[in-house]
Amino acid sequence: MKIIVCVKVVPKVEEVSFDPETKTLDRSKATNELNEADKNALEAALRLKEKVGGTVVAVSMGPPFFEPFLKLCVAMGADDAVLLSDKAFAAADTYSTSYVLAQAAKKIGYDLILCGESTADSGTAQVPPQMAEWLGIPHVSYASTIEATDGKLLVRRTVKGGYELVETPLPALISVELGSNTPRFPDFKRKRWADREFKLTIWGSKDLTLDMQNVGRQGSKTDVIDLRMLAPTERKRIKIEGTEEEIAEKLASIIKET
Amino acid sequence: MRGIWTFVEVQDGAIEDVSLEVLGKASELAREKGVESSAVIAGWQLSNIVEETAKYPVDKIYYVEHELLRQYSPSAYAKALHQLVERHKPEIMLFGATYNGADIAARLAVKTGAGLIAHVVGLEIERETGMLIGHVPGFGGSIVAVCRCRPNVLQMATVRPGVLEKPQPAGGNAEIIKFSPELNEQDVGLRLVERSVSPTIDITRAERVVVAGMGTGGDLTPLKQLAEKIGAELAVTRPLADMGAAPRDVQIGSTGYSLRSKLAIIAGASGAAHFVSGIRDVKTVIAINTDPNAPIFEFADYYVVGDLFKIIPRLTQALAR
Ligand SMILES: Cc1cc2nc3c(=O)[nH]c(=O)nc-3n(C[C@H](O)[C@H](O)[C@H](O)COP(=O)(O)OP(=O)(O)OC[C@H]3O[C@@H](n4cnc5c(N)ncnc54)[C@H](O)[C@@H]3O)c2cc1C
Repeated sequence: MKIIVCVKVVPKVEEVSFDPETKTLDRSKATNELNEADKNALEAALRLKEKVGGTVVAVSMGPPFFEPFLKLCVAMGADDAVLLSDKAFAAADTYSTSYVLAQAAKKIGYDLILCGESTADSGTAQVPPQMAEWLGIPHVSYASTIEATDGKLLVRRTVKGGYELVETPLPALISVELGSNTPRFPDFKRKRWADREFKLTIWGSKDLTLDMQNVGRQGSKTDVIDLRMLAPTERKRIKIEGTEEEIAEKLASIIKET
Repeated sequence: MRGIWTFVEVQDGAIEDVSLEVLGKASELAREKGVESSAVIAGWQLSNIVEETAKYPVDKIYYVEHELLRQYSPSAYAKALHQLVERHKPEIMLFGATYNGADIAARLAVKTGAGLIAHVVGLEIERETGMLIGHVPGFGGSIVAVCRCRPNVLQMATVRPGVLEKPQPAGGNAEIIKFSPELNEQDVGLRLVERSVSPTIDITRAERVVVAGMGTGGDLTPLKQLAEKIGAELAVTRPLADMGAAPRDVQIGSTGYSLRSKLAIIAGASGAAHFVSGIRDVKTVIAINTDPNAPIFEFADYYVVGDLFKIIPRLTQALAR
């Protein structure tokens, strides 16, 4: 099975600061990491590959600093990785992001595309279904387990109040639920190889068949017109002290009053 | 005037609460804009849902009926809705940001070349332009991006459940327009093999909530007893839902639900950014954590540095006295 896993590099949300004067986000001090749910998607892909054979290719659209993170995917077990990087791709909303990813998937070739359910920074969860629509293939979202059965996939997806078991033909796209598995650590030897010898493929807009009307800022259908920091809710921050019994009594009277 | 549409999602024979919440807001915005507010219902044999929807403030109901919509399929639903959109060309179309609603909206947005604003917590009409403005929480919920679609495209948004008020039934004069989409078997793609759901509580409406974090180690018994004692609902942080200790439907935070309760007692949660965005609107927060430097204390009105397994049972006893 040819599997593509779409990944994104995101800043740790706790470390992103906001300048209310300039209304800009400062990500420069934040640690970057592979989006957590995308690691779950990669792990799901590697497990499928171990069962049914095939290849796993990690793909990301982003600036050149994503490179080490794609190498990390290779160290974890991906066979290959492709970075889609071009100034023309910048400032894309989900419409144009999903378009470029879909065009790259067509070029790579696939039976199955896996994505994380959403990203930690913007968290729209829209890119996976939008990509599936560009490709004209079925998609299943919030998958917690994926099983391959003769040319089809049986997917368990989380829904309100429980789960659904859904069967999908291939090719298909599946978004994998955050926390649905434990991503493996990179193998030490493979990591050294990935860091030193593996050659990342980098494609710009010229390397893909693109209608530039759909790409980057120009191709986007939405704009962020303002950023606002939510003022934290005022809290009293009163420490309750004493013996355990005294604390319990004090809390009990607070609860009775509210 | 082309109007504002709300997709009314139906699950197991009932309307999703969030759809009504959105419908209420849509009708308000439509009045402000001086256009019609319409509901869109899609499925098979849903005349009772059409009737139910007609009780709410809405001018028109588009009823998209097809046997292949009996089973949920984002691609078939998106195709059917695309045909309806092409026919009547609404200006704005809103969805609840549910598992299924968000899937359909995303596919429809690509089909129609629409702008899609995700998981909004607030909606307004921009005075100067008459365009839709959506407030989108990002970065764990501490920052809100104010988003607008490009001119001359269908403007779409999905709305986070529980952030808007459900409207009162009022009306009954909605014009009902039936629509039969053209669909074939190939459009469905998926096959539903099994569906297992139990009734859920709407945690966004709970008055009192006890929230368990990983400090419980997955043992929710003392917190359940406390919740029972004070008539509260039990909720959890993300890792406990991941573990299956409680359903995703009671997970609080940026990838779960936001509380609006009078009281929340939070035990054994560290206070991560992705979590605390879900307790912003709680009136009184009590936090218990063994770590004197736990960030959760910054977000609490009353806090206790201590072991929840010692404090909580004593608190339940004290409340019994
Ligand atoms: C994209 C993304 C989305 C996310 N969305 C959410 C979300 O919606 N909701 C959410 O909750 N998280 C979310 N998370 C996870 C979040 O970042 C934190 O990892 C999570 O909130 C931590 O949960 P916790 O506080 O229960 O556990 P921990 O951070 O492990 O904290 C446990 C706490 O319990 C305390 N403790 C231990 N033993 C005791 C005891 N006996 N008595 C009292 N205290 C004790 C410890 O001191 C510690 O502070 C998300 C993460 C990502 C990447």
